[in-house]
Amino acid sequence: MTGALQASSRPRLPRGVRLKHDEVRGEWLLLAPERVIKANPVARAVLERCSGSATLAEIVADLASTFDAPEARIEADVRSLLSSLAAKRLLDY
Amino acid sequence: MEAQIPAPIGLLAELTHRCPLGCPYCSNPLALDGREGELATAEWKRVLNEAAALGVLQVHLSGGEPLARRDLVEIVSHCAGLGLYTNLITSGIGMNARLARALADAGLDHVQLSIQDADAASADKIAGYNGAFAKKREVAALITAEGFPLTVNAVIHHANAARAGAMVRLALALGARRVEIAHVQYYGWAVPNRAQLMPTRAEAEAAVTEVEELKRELAGQIVIDHVIPDYHARYPKACMGGWGRRTLNITPLGKALPCHAADTIPHLAFWNVRDKSLAEIWQQSPAFAAYRGTAWMNETCRTCERREIDHGGCRCQALALAGDAAATDPVCYKSPLHGRLVEIMALEAGRAEAPYHYRRVPARAPV
Repeated sequence: MTGALQASSRPRLPRGVRLKHDEVRGEWLLLAPERVIKANPVARAVLERCSGSATLAEIVADLASTFDAPEARIEADVRSLLSSLAAKRLLDY
Repeated sequence: MEAQIPAPIGLLAELTHRCPLGCPYCSNPLALDGREGELATAEWKRVLNEAAALGVLQVHLSGGEPLARRDLVEIVSHCAGLGLYTNLITSGIGMNARLARALADAGLDHVQLSIQDADAASADKIAGYNGAFAKKREVAALITAEGFPLTVNAVIHHANAARAGAMVRLALALGARRVEIAHVQYYGWAVPNRAQLMPTRAEAEAAVTEVEELKRELAGQIVIDHVIPDYHARYPKACMGGWGRRTLNITPLGKALPCHAADTIPHLAFWNVRDKSLAEIWQQSPAFAAYRGTAWMNETCRTCERREIDHGGCRCQALALAGDAAATDPVCYKSPLHGRLVEIMALEAGRAEAPYHYRRVPARAPV
């Protein structure tokens, strides 16, 4: 993590953190060192876009158009999720 | 009923009890399994297939020292093929650049490297292995150069408590994204070493304070998972997240256990993966059912508002301290034996001058 998340930041899941569909439990999970975190549909949609190539601004615009929702609200949700993951070192940008 | 038993999340694969280090707090049993009879590669693969089908998500490759297994890369590769998240728990001894590359190519997800102290001479003394500290520095560099996420873990006890903070800073310097600082718990080899390991209350409290302050100072740089000293707590730990609820251990010879120390409970019979499938063991074995849920609990635990939070604490500790595995964990302030812990601490804390009983595989009997 280098400073606060910017609109131009390119968030990505670092090595050792991955999104997986768990067939046994029928849900999406984020697998990380000594952790398993449930990913609800919103979190999944955000994390699938954290490839390291798209900027935060592009991810927000993509989600706003995909889910037909206001960008300001989407951006607040995305920032909150990504900041909390970054604080746990489960997301780089 | 059986259909309602939630699937395990994690499997700790104790691939071998062989280890070059002799750490006096090792969680392995005093009666270590020898190399003869260790599960073969094909047997581990079958167990891992069954684990994935049962719902296991993460496999912790441990020991002993898992690098002592020549088939480690093959086992990692098999896990990756099944979509299992793999975590290598290692002392680092036996790692080299070629092996690190092979493990990366096989799909290993994460490495957890132990350190014994931030001071080289003390670290080598605790490990009972000259040069261990220097080797671990090299191994950390190999691991991070290969791009693996690194967790450093350290056990805090009388001989190193003064450097708890220094170990966190060392982990950061070694390139770890995460560090586990766990105060020693008295299982396995820590039992005969309890007097040597137990910190004084002042030592333990100073270490806890230092690590908690670093959590704030280093937020965003390194994640600190801090396991505070059990004996000083008011409530017991939620041991293993509850007996038979989240994880299981497989020993080198194939015995399936709810935790490292479960085999110390003499009246339970633990099934072996050589005889039964993992699903049968998890869902049907009486030993896994013995302390699952709340029906087994005594009145104190069954009526406690925290029964679903800490699950009555640790069964093995209840046995060790109260003489009854179904008793309330004496760490809990509600246990009638809670005062006994205070006595043990007063008697034993800080008496570290006696030599350690190093963890060693016994020499083979002469033929």
